[in-house]
Amino acid sequence: MTTGVRILTPVGMLGYGYPINDFWAAVDRGVDAIVVDSGSTDPGPIMLGTGTLLVTEDSYVRDLRPLLQAAGTRGIPLVISSAGGAGTNAQVDWMVELVDRIATEEGLSLRVASVYADIDPAIVLDQLDKGRIRPNVLGDLPTHASVHDTTAIVAQMGAEPLVPLLTEDHPVDVVVAGRAYDPAPHAAFCLSRGIDPAIAWHMGKIMECGAMCAIPKSGGVVATVYRDAFELTPISAHQACTPLSVAAHTLYEKGRPDLLVGPSGVLDVRHCTYTAVDDRTVRVQNSRFEPARTATVKLEGASPVGYRSVFIGGIRDPLLIRQIEDFLDQVRVHVGVLQPDLANGEASLRFHVYGKNGTMGDWEPHGGVGHEVAILGEVTAPTQERATAVCTSARVAVLHKSYPGQKATAGNLALPLTPLDIPIGPVFEFTLYHVMDSEGLRLFSTETRKVGI
Amino acid sequence: MGTIALGELADVVRSKNAGPYEITFDVLFNDYRTYAHVRDHGDLTEQVMASLFRIPLGDIVYCSFFEPAQSFKLTVLRRNSGQGGVGERDTFGCQQHAPLLGLPIPALSTGPDLATGG
Repeated sequence: MTTGVRILTPVGMLGYGYPINDFWAAVDRGVDAIVVDSGSTDPGPIMLGTGTLLVTEDSYVRDLRPLLQAAGTRGIPLVISSAGGAGTNAQVDWMVELVDRIATEEGLSLRVASVYADIDPAIVLDQLDKGRIRPNVLGDLPTHASVHDTTAIVAQMGAEPLVPLLTEDHPVDVVVAGRAYDPAPHAAFCLSRGIDPAIAWHMGKIMECGAMCAIPKSGGVVATVYRDAFELTPISAHQACTPLSVAAHTLYEKGRPDLLVGPSGVLDVRHCTYTAVDDRTVRVQNSRFEPARTATVKLEGASPVGYRSVFIGGIRDPLLIRQIEDFLDQVRVHVGVLQPDLANGEASLRFHVYGKNGTMGDWEPHGGVGHEVAILGEVTAPTQERATAVCTSARVAVLHKSYPGQKATAGNLALPLTPLDIPIGPVFEFTLYHVMDSEGLRLFSTETRKVGI
Repeated sequence: MGTIALGELADVVRSKNAGPYEITFDVLFNDYRTYAHVRDHGDLTEQVMASLFRIPLGDIVYCSFFEPAQSFKLTVLRRNSGQGGVGERDTFGCQQHAPLLGLPIPALSTGPDLATGG
């Protein structure tokens, strides 16, 4: 394998857009696979709870079309993971339908494998009862009730379900996988080619974000993977990978920089070396991998906790700004009298005071307040109507309540938006973000079909 | 000896969620000598971080320098009602790093301790 396996990732997130000419130039130079991540929990549990997509359908179509052309006309396998944002079965099926539509438009015929990651709550409850679910980092375990309340449950698949779809006999053209551990599809392709797991997983960890590891960041990157090393080169000429940019990305969004825990083991990057091959390419060596004794998956589950309504407005009056906390406490008391939902705890009201501590809350070390502040009022209640009712009372109180020394008797709040009180739909929480032992369980099923012409 | 803000010395100072219950902070240095200076002369301890972010010491999950990336990493628990949930302030956790920018570090000198470093 002196030439190495070449993997192209055009962008860190399907649908965010990528430089099309640089993509085709990279394809023309020759790649063995195209791999792109399509999901994340960064936006919180809402995509999992509601099935909302991460970007619009138009953005998916724009990004998918060249990828499918490359798969269909050049025979380059394409892997899309965590399809649609949350990687639910419904989102996988939705994306396969989209692939079918684009393939038909482009006159392509593609064999597509769907890999599903929805998890039956009965399995979760069974494993919970057997002590095979581990507490999350806060030390919490799910309860039977919280699992029952969960709208949707997925598990992050490791490489195992993907490897058989990527072997050299080329069983499929496109893989659309549900929720996956972010590095898993890149690792799976390498594992199917007999590459050392340490190299496969370390490369996957960096590649899943596209050229986030380059300077400047964004766009695509090609990994050339050898048995005992890999090299990274961004696809756009104005970008470069440097030893430090790649080393730094290894620890991106991970709780610790040295040992990276994944579904099938621990990646140890303490002894890695990062070497510049040329002005834009970095070679990574000496990654180590300790296989886990027990296979695990990370579960993700989302549950609705109510509906939210919000208002936002600005305060510029210094007489009010200097007593803003006392004023908002008075508003809260006033709204509690008007709205029993708030008084009895069925609804909650929170104020985010931008210009004071809106971004950091209790973590804010800066004691000052700006010459103007924005008030975001956030109300959560069991129904949208009840949330909006409390929100309206709170907004009216902030707008018109009097306060000591008031001179501006016409109103307290500069409101930029109408409607003044804005219903924004359901709010979710993660009821599951826990590691579950998966030894002996077959959690991820695969279906293969032909799409296009 | 005077001091200089960490933000003046570091090339990257960032925060980011690491799953729904942790926020991780990375401070990266392009120059090894600057990295070594902050490591050896800065006071980037768990105690200082807890007080900087007004959090209990027990909420610090990781706090250490990491030589291969010429970096300092801090990871702390997120104890709000959960990422993207009620009362969320920063869904991606990407604007919690600012207090680190102003952390005072003894000024770089050209003294012998640095001349032999790195």
